Amino acid sequence: MMEPVLSVRDLKKTFVADEQECRVLQGISFEAFPGEILCIMGTSGCGKSTLLRMIAGLETIDSGSISTLESQGTGPARAAMVFQDDALFPWLNVHDNISYGLRLGAEKVPEDVATKRVADLLDLIGLTSFSAYYPYQLSGGMKQRAAVARALAVHPGIILMDEPFSALDPFTRRELQDEIIRIRDAASAEGHPVAILLVTHNPEEAVYLADRIIVLSDRPASIHGLIDVRLPRPRSIADKDFLAIREEVTGLVKR
Amino acid sequence: MEPKKKHSISNIAKGLVVIVLFLIIWEVAAIIINNNYILPRLGDILLVLAHPFASVLGGSSLAQNALVSLREVLTGFLCAVAVAVPLGLLIGTSKEVDSYLNYFTQMIRPVPPIAWMPFAIAWFGLGFTSIIFIIFMGAFFPILINTIDGVHGVRSQWTDVARMFRSTSFERVRTVIVPGALPVIWTGLRVAFAVAWMCVVAAEMLPGTSAGLGFMIMYAYNLGQLQVIGAGMVIIGIIGLGADMLFRAGQTKFFHWQGRG
Repeated sequence: MMEPVLSVRDLKKTFVADEQECRVLQGISFEAFPGEILCIMGTSGCGKSTLLRMIAGLETIDSGSISTLESQGTGPARAAMVFQDDALFPWLNVHDNISYGLRLGAEKVPEDVATKRVADLLDLIGLTSFSAYYPYQLSGGMKQRAAVARALAVHPGIILMDEPFSALDPFTRRELQDEIIRIRDAASAEGHPVAILLVTHNPEEAVYLADRIIVLSDRPASIHGLIDVRLPRPRSIADKDFLAIREEVTGLVKR
Repeated sequence: MEPKKKHSISNIAKGLVVIVLFLIIWEVAAIIINNNYILPRLGDILLVLAHPFASVLGGSSLAQNALVSLREVLTGFLCAVAVAVPLGLLIGTSKEVDSYLNYFTQMIRPVPPIAWMPFAIAWFGLGFTSIIFIIFMGAFFPILINTIDGVHGVRSQWTDVARMFRSTSFERVRTVIVPGALPVIWTGLRVAFAVAWMCVVAAEMLPGTSAGLGFMIMYAYNLGQLQVIGAGMVIIGIIGLGADMLFRAGQTKFFHWQGRG
């Protein structure tokens, strides 16, 4: 059995606002393996985003642990996040947005390595000719691609995506879903396999993308179901088996 | 590009129409009143403006006085930038510092800069340093307030991105907070420069000064030379307009990434 790139153990989180305690996560445990796409589903406000933010090191942990291959401990995991809205820096062009993480002290690489890596990523996401463009000059899909490239630039073991395609039109969304699979395959081929954790509201998107689907219960969230999606790729959304799994997932996500 | 250019040319024309109209009304009124001590003729004002390097009323030339004022404004303005921007970044990023300083700054802010003059003279004596202090007080708050607003306007997702890449807090300020807040800070600088320019003229009008456009205006007033006052006001207006245009040009050049026209 492969070693997991991410192990989440009995994770708990309670927010305190105005002396009111709000329990968000209650004992979440799961593992993610290199090169796998793991979709996380659940009703709105059940704590999916909080879970991702904790893995990204943006939220503190009340109890339990998050450990990654690179950092065996409870510290911030070597995980890079792609936000719901691209969150690109509008004052940097596409090239400088992608290389942003590589210019900070923690992930610093030599200039020529950074240049090469950004060039490869631009090629991977098909934005080479838009390298000097600023975010306001790009379409929503292009911006989200650049945000994915920015996360990939630091060679993370885990990519966290918080409803990355929810603001996009259906055609762009399908295009980017295929691109995620392609990027995952490319990263594995290059010897930097990434686990992709993707939060989505859309059962079809989950079944289309995922190797496994985690369904969270209502708040306080615990794991309600875990589904293995063993469908061959490329998947067809009209396929009989596809539809069956989609129904199963839809049934598990309580409204 | 073409339609935009036409648009701006017609805008300049519209602006000129109002200026010309104002000048005509002024001149007609001056002819009717026919009293140089109430309303000088445009021709007399232009005569002063036409000789910017000639001695005015036996003193420094128009250009020399303008340079003195400009030097004072720049000194006071740059001092204000050097203090207000870092302080604004600190207040904007730290709720703790904000709660200590909020009421204090809100209380000093409404005091007109020129009201500090007696204290300024008591502390720094007559002349350059006191004027610099007045300008500093005038320019300080627009810069401070806009820097704080600018920092508050930085989207939390941008700082999240920086934190996710394990940035230090200094890196976050340098790579996210400052560039994100800069357009608003720039607006603060623009407003502050206009205030500073008003302050210098007012401060120079007070007793004990011996140079600058404000001094020249007061000196001409004492000698009843209203055409010199008019010329001084034109120069003040032109320099103010010029500075504002420079700031606007800087805005389009540096902050085009905001994606507005």
